[in-house]
Amino acid sequence: MLLAIDFALLLEKLILVVVVVFASLGIAMYTTFAERKVAAILQDRRGPNRAGPFGLLQPLADGMKLFFKEEIIPNFSSKFLFVMGPALAMLTACMTSAVIPWGDKIDFFGRSVDLQIADVNIGILYVFGVVSLGVYGIMIGSWASNNKFSLMGGLRAASQIISYELAMGISLIALLMITGTLSLKEMVVQQQHGYWNVVLQPLGFLIFLVCAFAECNRTPFDLPEAENELIGGYHTEYSSMKLGFYLFSEYINMFISSVVMATLFFGGYDIPFFDESVLSPNVAAILGIVALMTKVIAFIFLFMWVRWTIPRFRYDQLMHLGWRILIPLALFNMLATGGVILFFNK
Amino acid sequence: MSIIQIIFLLLSVMAVGSALMMITSKNPVNSVLWLIVVFFAISGHYILLNAQFLAIVNIIVYAGAIMVLFLFVVMLMNLNAETEPVKNRRLQLIGVTSGGALMLIIVSAINKIDVEQLVQINAGDSGLIKVLGMNLFKNYVLPFEISSVLFLSAMIGAVVIGKKEEIDIKK
Repeated sequence: MLLAIDFALLLEKLILVVVVVFASLGIAMYTTFAERKVAAILQDRRGPNRAGPFGLLQPLADGMKLFFKEEIIPNFSSKFLFVMGPALAMLTACMTSAVIPWGDKIDFFGRSVDLQIADVNIGILYVFGVVSLGVYGIMIGSWASNNKFSLMGGLRAASQIISYELAMGISLIALLMITGTLSLKEMVVQQQHGYWNVVLQPLGFLIFLVCAFAECNRTPFDLPEAENELIGGYHTEYSSMKLGFYLFSEYINMFISSVVMATLFFGGYDIPFFDESVLSPNVAAILGIVALMTKVIAFIFLFMWVRWTIPRFRYDQLMHLGWRILIPLALFNMLATGGVILFFNK
Repeated sequence: MSIIQIIFLLLSVMAVGSALMMITSKNPVNSVLWLIVVFFAISGHYILLNAQFLAIVNIIVYAGAIMVLFLFVVMLMNLNAETEPVKNRRLQLIGVTSGGALMLIIVSAINKIDVEQLVQINAGDSGLIKVLGMNLFKNYVLPFEISSVLFLSAMIGAVVIGKKEEIDIKK
């Protein structure tokens, strides 16, 4: 039979993809606003308050400004790759959301809809794979600029991301040993019935958190974009909305990594100290989404709090922290976890 | 044609096409990028064969790690057609001969295979992580451990070579 597809399923997944991607974009948009407001509060200022009520239209104004700026593409650069750089950055930022369980099943006119785009049995590895691809947007963009300083900035950013991926992966191995599954959905279900993973893996969570800061290029690891003391970085030659995409993908990354941390270590859509099964499935699913989003907002606030509190590292300090402190610590955590599991299960 | 056959054809065209683009493109950076596309197509084939773990590891290791290093090297050397020395005729002849010999072996090997059994799509679970792990740590422990020792020695070797010129690293 030609093209035997379950069209209802296809439609369901398509709608879910559109909703998830647009929700991530919208949340990232208002994260830029929240960043400025949080910065203002921490520095005892008012922050943006002119565009719309409480300055709520500020992100739209920012986006419009970027769209209307003059677009400059340097001569002697590969135009296709120059455009592809920011596009890849956006793509890899949005791709991770595919395996995240946003909530439990929801009953929709008699059809049970899973609030997860793809429940693959290698969920964590998928996340890790997409994270490792995130380097390409930066490297391609920096090379295509045909500018030495851009290339240097790109190398700076890429080597930072690669260095912190290692410790991140090793800290995840310890988590996998405890949960015994790679599926994010199963991890959440396990945490609903037992303890949150952060209780079982405090050191692993701490390592993961630090690495997530580094992977998102957030302060104190924001050297890829250190215009004050080094140079603008990999996007020196970019202008207009292409620059905007690079900056915006950073906010999407921040949102997604908050979701991943909440899912892996803080129970995902689990409501703490409460048994969801007493509620009707739909109410439980919606409350679950609310619980997940609350955790995510807390993480995003943490990201900003740190940014406006701690100054930036020097580059050698950054490499020292990654290679000489975090990786040995993660290895130790992995061995200790393995030892404890072996000791108590036998 | 079923949907799987269509996907298979698309992926195959993508793999072979980008492999050709990789060899023929003049700019080494473009070559590296085309090679990454090849890896993605091959990962797609793995998923069709129900080997999800293999697919994602292929992406993490090859597309995510090894090709990044390739890209690093190629970008830093800034190779291009003008500065690249033209290889002499003899080397080209040797390359063509050895490549042709390899192709002969592959073609004759494929010729021996029963075509009906060439590919079993979406059947079998040998590529799933559980089966793979059980196989590696039960039936093939010794080869697995030996190869990991080999990797370890390669890692140590890389560190030793990297540290050859002692540079003062200030804390």
